[in-house]
Amino acid sequence: MVDQLINHLVWPIVYILCITIPLILAVAMFVYWERKVIGWMHVRMGPNKIGPLGLLQAFADVVKLLIKEVILPTTANRFLYYLAPMLTLVPALAAWAVIPFSGKMVLSNANAGVLYLLAMTSMGVYGIILAGWASNSRYALLGAMRSAAQVISYELAMGLCLVCVLVLAGSLNLTDIVNAQAGHKGLLDWFWLPLLPVFVIYFISGVAETNRAPFDVAEGESEIVAGFHVEYSGSAFAIFFLAEYANMILVSFLSAILFMGGWLSPFPSSWGFIGHAGFPWLLIKAFLFSFLFLWFRASFPRYRYDQIMRLGWKVFIPIAIVWVLVAGCLKYFGWVTIGTGV
Amino acid sequence: MNPQLLQLICFYLFGFIAVVAALAVITLKNTVHAVLSLVLTFFSAACLWMLADAEFLALALIVVYVGAVMVLFLFVVMMLDIDQEKMREGFVKFLPVGLIVAAAMLVEMLGLIGVKAMHAQVMGADPAAMAGVSNTAWLGQALYTKYLLPFEVAALILTVGVVAAVALTLRQRVDATRHESASEQVRVNPRDRVRLVKMDAVRPAQPMPVPPQEPSS
Repeated sequence: MVDQLINHLVWPIVYILCITIPLILAVAMFVYWERKVIGWMHVRMGPNKIGPLGLLQAFADVVKLLIKEVILPTTANRFLYYLAPMLTLVPALAAWAVIPFSGKMVLSNANAGVLYLLAMTSMGVYGIILAGWASNSRYALLGAMRSAAQVISYELAMGLCLVCVLVLAGSLNLTDIVNAQAGHKGLLDWFWLPLLPVFVIYFISGVAETNRAPFDVAEGESEIVAGFHVEYSGSAFAIFFLAEYANMILVSFLSAILFMGGWLSPFPSSWGFIGHAGFPWLLIKAFLFSFLFLWFRASFPRYRYDQIMRLGWKVFIPIAIVWVLVAGCLKYFGWVTIGTGV
Repeated sequence: MNPQLLQLICFYLFGFIAVVAALAVITLKNTVHAVLSLVLTFFSAACLWMLADAEFLALALIVVYVGAVMVLFLFVVMMLDIDQEKMREGFVKFLPVGLIVAAAMLVEMLGLIGVKAMHAQVMGADPAAMAGVSNTAWLGQALYTKYLLPFEVAALILTVGVVAAVALTLRQRVDATRHESASEQVRVNPRDRVRLVKMDAVRPAQPMPVPPQEPSS
């Protein structure tokens, strides 16, 4: 009885903490890195006062947010107002359950892993809508509507991109998808090459789905102040913040896993030490993708709302649909080697 | 605690939540709360399906209904300005109709259950488990081989639905509002909009030297 309790309850919780605690720390460092990178691109210093090189800035901000008062607008819907941040954070963290960090390191090696990810990321939109509605504020409601419409639109493009990957890999399991990209040619075996347009669409849709610049009309400062979380303060705001950054890191990991070979080495396996697969490769790739988020933010002006919709519905979805057919042909005629090519 | 017992406990837990949430949908006064209860009902149903090893259906239910359909539904409900009192006025008047519909549905469901019970093995063994593949893989193979024609017909009907919805709502409003065509805007040439002028750097004009003020006497 006790043995079973430990096996089925204690160990899973320990594993979950092994993922979430580094994730939360990564979010803190990612925020610091974002401010630094954007500072450099603006020819500023970025945070540099708290701790060595300003490294403790993120933690100082967390402490500041946690000890601030959570203000409830007088006519807000109390229950939903407090529920909304949780509804954003829970799917953002739950999605990490199926992410494989290396060939053996995965919390849940689910057969329908990709579907599970789609389900979790599509749940996150509830937090946004409810936050906007429950605050009983016009800015918040406008931000929520924009955000929800955008997330739903880009989810379609994202889903079609995933279909292309699934067709080639022949599996919904993320570990199998990475293994399908293995080969002797390293970098050239990964799915980004046969699925190049889809790869680009996937990442841009990921940026749009997380409501990041240049698609951040949901919180366009110059138009609607801060969008759906304009009324939130203190720890409630911190939770939204955490969820947004956790989602950005998730999209970075997913792009690396689905298109860039996950933990596989970019070098041919005959190159000795650097040709070995391993967790550090995944980390490097995910870091590069997350850096793109910051690069985009510092480089591009914000899209206009109707142009975001146009890009999603009239450009991305048609290209992705055509590429589903192309991927089917690639698979059917055997133009792409799946797995180690034996 | 054996796995079957745990599964049974989970089944009753999810079932209980699903029933309570479904009751909440029709009893809650706040319409937004009612929609959220419906979301919870769907979610609990998905959990029940997951327990029955139907992971594809469960996740598809969440992706399609919870993630897309209910979000749009929630939108509509949020935008409505419903007068609660007015909605409850006709309760007694519509009660007989509601009762008749409920009774008809009950009879139908009982009949269905009765017929199913007579054919003892209507629910055969799990074909996916017999084939030794995952539920998703088996479903995919069945849909694209055995049931390819019905599947394609269903897809075609859905496409027609999409086209119809777009055709119904698409109208050119030339008179009502100022309208800008996005494709026209995208095709514009930057050179027509912005003229970059190259100018040589020049020293700014020196300010005029201020004459020393005469001390007022």
